[in-house]
Amino acid sequence: MDIQEFIQRLENEFEDLPKGTLKPDTNYRDIPNWSSMHALIIIAFADAQFNVELTASDLRNANTIQDLYDVIKSKMQS
Amino acid sequence: MALIKLQNICINAISAAVPKQTFYTKDYTYISEQERLMFIKNVGIEQRRVAPFHITASDLCYHSTLKLLEELNWEKESIDALIFVTQSPDYFIPASSIILQHRLGLSKNTIAFDINLGCSGYVYGLYVLGSLLQSGQIKRGILLAGDKSTISVCFKDKSTYPLFGDAGSATALSYDESASPIYFHLQSDGSGEDAIKIPHGGSRYHIQPDTFDEVEIEPGITRSKRHLQLLGADIFNFALREVSPNVDKLLAFSGIDKESIDYFVLHQANFFMNESVRKKMKIPAEKVPYSIQKFGNTSSASIPLTIVTNLRELLISPKKLLLSGFGVGFSWASCVFTTSPSLKISELIEID
Repeated sequence: MDIQEFIQRLENEFEDLPKGTLKPDTNYRDIPNWSSMHALIIIAFADAQFNVELTASDLRNANTIQDLYDVIKSKMQS
Repeated sequence: MALIKLQNICINAISAAVPKQTFYTKDYTYISEQERLMFIKNVGIEQRRVAPFHITASDLCYHSTLKLLEELNWEKESIDALIFVTQSPDYFIPASSIILQHRLGLSKNTIAFDINLGCSGYVYGLYVLGSLLQSGQIKRGILLAGDKSTISVCFKDKSTYPLFGDAGSATALSYDESASPIYFHLQSDGSGEDAIKIPHGGSRYHIQPDTFDEVEIEPGITRSKRHLQLLGADIFNFALREVSPNVDKLLAFSGIDKESIDYFVLHQANFFMNESVRKKMKIPAEKVPYSIQKFGNTSSASIPLTIVTNLRELLISPKKLLLSGFGVGFSWASCVFTTSPSLKISELIEID
């Protein structure tokens, strides 16, 4: 899975988000109307699609979509 | 490992009570309209019941118990044990169950004590009361489970305020050699103590000058140390990690087929979280009832409340039920059993 495929799959999780909104360098907290609910959606996405537990500190330490991709990827390998 | 089979325990009746006063999420103007709509859609809560000053969790359980005894036609003198699962007792001391023993007019021979558990508390309570009764030396017990959670949340904390509703419940259990077994799987993990916590007011951090200072944690989340804090991501990860394996081990232990379960009644934590857990467990949506839309997260009362509001007419004939509570502690527990053909579910009680 490359970053583009990751972005496509992540965008599917946010119903109100127009496709193509997210770029690797997008700060994920800039998703329109960002709330803690979005964090739960990302956690559920990581769990359901990659069997990865994304912790609160993983989210705190990640800023961009690329960061999320990297942390999920590294947890998939470990 | 706390995998347990209880025999000779019949669940005879379940009742639940809520305050009449209703708060609507659409009126929570502390957050934007967009946020309110998103909250209703994802967390699932459109409205919830909020007890006014003069109604406590023990009052809601009191009324639930009166209804229960009336429906069963049980004499007050015949009750041997009264257990109250709550995290919002009337007083620090004495235990509310003891006050209720007297108020309900139960005998002085009643075993009465409280259990301090929330989300997992109903299943734990069934286990504790069932264990007391299992020897057959006492015959009848009542399990109360309920909380007035709305006193612990700060209006200026959007992560907690619109989430909780108040409710109480009563469940009658008896020693009955014809009852089918109840299987339990009970677990705890105190490493999650901070995830759901009221930091001040206990003996670790007694009420002190800064207890009531309201501090902004992040935009939209302002609260003091006497208020409930929720760490959503931690709770969500806990539920995703633990609930499904807990249930799988319970089913393997009991020898009951997942497909044969009629209803999975989950603690009503948060619609999105429960749906994520449900999908992980690969359970069809029609087997998982929800009361959260109308009542919010009602702590230990959420499972009996959901049974009363959603399954009352469906449990006229025996059904296989799996109950699962998970949250504060962390503490989580599940049980599975076939309901009795004579199980009585009362209509929901509303208190002014």
